[in-house]
Amino acid sequence: MQTKRMTFSSKWLPYALLAPQVIITLIFFIWPASQALYQSFLRQDIFGLRTNFVWFDNFNRLFADPLYLNSLKVTLVFSLGTTFLSMSVALLFAVMVNRMIRSRDSYTTFLVWPYAVAPAIAGVLWWFIFNPSIGIMPYMLKGFGYDWNHRSSSTDAMILVIIAAAWKQISYNFLFFLAGLQSIPHSLIEAAAIDGASRFKRFWTIVFPLLSPITFFLMVVNVVYAMFDTFGVIHATTEGGPAQATNILVYKVYRDGFVNLNLGSSAAQSVILMAIVIVLTVIQFRYIERRVNY
Amino acid sequence: MASIFMDNLGKVYTGGVRAVTGVNLDIADGEMIVLVGPSGCGKSTLLRMVAGLETISEGSLKIGDRVVNNLEPADRDIAMVFQNYALYPHMTVYNNLAYGLKNRGFAKSEIQRRVNEAAQMLEIGQFLDRKPRQLSGGQRQRVAMGRALVREPAAFLFDEPLSNLDAKLRVQMRVEIRQLQKRLGTTSLYVTHDQLEALTMADRLVVLNGGQIEQVGTPMELYSRPATTFVAGFIGSPAMNMLSSEYLRGLVSAEALSHVPTQADLIGIRPEDLSLAAPKDGEISLTGTLMLLEPAGAESHLHLRFDGHDDMIVARLPHVPDVAEGAKLTFSLPRGKLHPFDRASGKRMA
Repeated sequence: MQTKRMTFSSKWLPYALLAPQVIITLIFFIWPASQALYQSFLRQDIFGLRTNFVWFDNFNRLFADPLYLNSLKVTLVFSLGTTFLSMSVALLFAVMVNRMIRSRDSYTTFLVWPYAVAPAIAGVLWWFIFNPSIGIMPYMLKGFGYDWNHRSSSTDAMILVIIAAAWKQISYNFLFFLAGLQSIPHSLIEAAAIDGASRFKRFWTIVFPLLSPITFFLMVVNVVYAMFDTFGVIHATTEGGPAQATNILVYKVYRDGFVNLNLGSSAAQSVILMAIVIVLTVIQFRYIERRVNY
Repeated sequence: MASIFMDNLGKVYTGGVRAVTGVNLDIADGEMIVLVGPSGCGKSTLLRMVAGLETISEGSLKIGDRVVNNLEPADRDIAMVFQNYALYPHMTVYNNLAYGLKNRGFAKSEIQRRVNEAAQMLEIGQFLDRKPRQLSGGQRQRVAMGRALVREPAAFLFDEPLSNLDAKLRVQMRVEIRQLQKRLGTTSLYVTHDQLEALTMADRLVVLNGGQIEQVGTPMELYSRPATTFVAGFIGSPAMNMLSSEYLRGLVSAEALSHVPTQADLIGIRPEDLSLAAPKDGEISLTGTLMLLEPAGAESHLHLRFDGHDDMIVARLPHVPDVAEGAKLTFSLPRGKLHPFDRASGKRMA
């Protein structure tokens, strides 16, 4: 790639132009991140009178803590569940909307709306819908003989947070899938039709493989979303319960740090989260170009 | 292999736009029919109606002895070559060729035999493991042909298959497609807007205009006796000159135009029928001023202005004459080479 070389008349001008971005990054990212890193090596006594430097002891304790290991497992189930649910529903919607001609734009607009809803509001919405005493869903499920209660059943709680978290992300995924579908030349589908492939087969052997770069991109984005952006959803619905069943890593950082005031452990957990983000970002940037299938 | 019968075919899109009107055409078994016309004339729509990619609004379509109006494309026993080739980008060449056979449940050994046979015929054997993006335009074109071949269908449908190739490759592929089609003897319907492709490839040519057939015939029939002014102007390059017969009668003796029907008010003259040789007995002589000389290697195009005539007249000579622009030149024209038309209806008069 060619880069254009700029020549500045003043030696300081380029630094001045870069300054705002650099300052913002330093204050709002590098400084807190380094604070977290530093604090992850510290431990305070219970009254906050003494602070010791404990090296990696906070990390050692975390990985020996069954609650933290449980949280890792919960996060895995939650993010995979959310990713799978939001992507499959979005793909289904995109395929159906793509078959419309005139109504396509209005459907698209309606389907994108949920994306503008704040996560906490989405959480409250689902909290109402699934509320065991006043919600409409438990009432309907009862009709099918299922006794829904996410306050006592960890499975119900997990399903609830997955639905609440996936709901919002469907809009985003839908837009990408729709754009992807529209970029597939129509003649390919026609050629496959002449080649004797049924509608179902055309989708799985032609359309879906051609969407694979988008699918992969969305998978990474959705996992990142589910792991880091769903605090509001959890907080508004289950608050991590019952019995830690929906206590995902991000929520646990908040609980341990700001509710239980174990700042050292909380900092260590956020450092681990940071490492996970870095790995996911690297995966996204390194493999996304290569995974393109054609 | 099969014949195709189109009986009063018509296409009206939802919303009332009419694309094709009253097409009657019988295609014999093994015949190569070329549909030609300007863009928007309905030729691609007609082809896609035969393929089953567009529904048929009026009339009936028979392939072999089956009416196929309501059959899915897959059940019509046709194969199509698309303008952009429509190769499956995520599959190897082998799988591109095999896809249609796999879908129809052919045995693996049979698929292998047919793919290898087609690959050999088209000389793409060494590319079978590659993806389409690793191929050049010409090679992709061959793969697209191969995908049609392996199916051994009743008819081939071609939708401007050469328009994405460069000029040299286009000529080469044109010859190859025609040779292949003759050897296999498969009924073919070929759409193009390129009149040279149309003239050289067709057994019979169908000129479409505004969704209707203007004329059907062998290339030479259409060339030497165009039935309408549209066909006259569309087939042949440079296009046929059109003069009003009134103007022509003022230039030449009444006797020279005696065989032209008196109602014919428009006379067509092919550029190559004008020659610089001295007029022989019974030939018409015309004089014009040379405005522009276009040498084109083996031939040349002379743009002439005739006194009292607005449009320039083009003459095409089989050599490049040694004349200066601005010179007055006298051309001779055999009497039998006049094409008389009725201006209002555009129909040929004799």
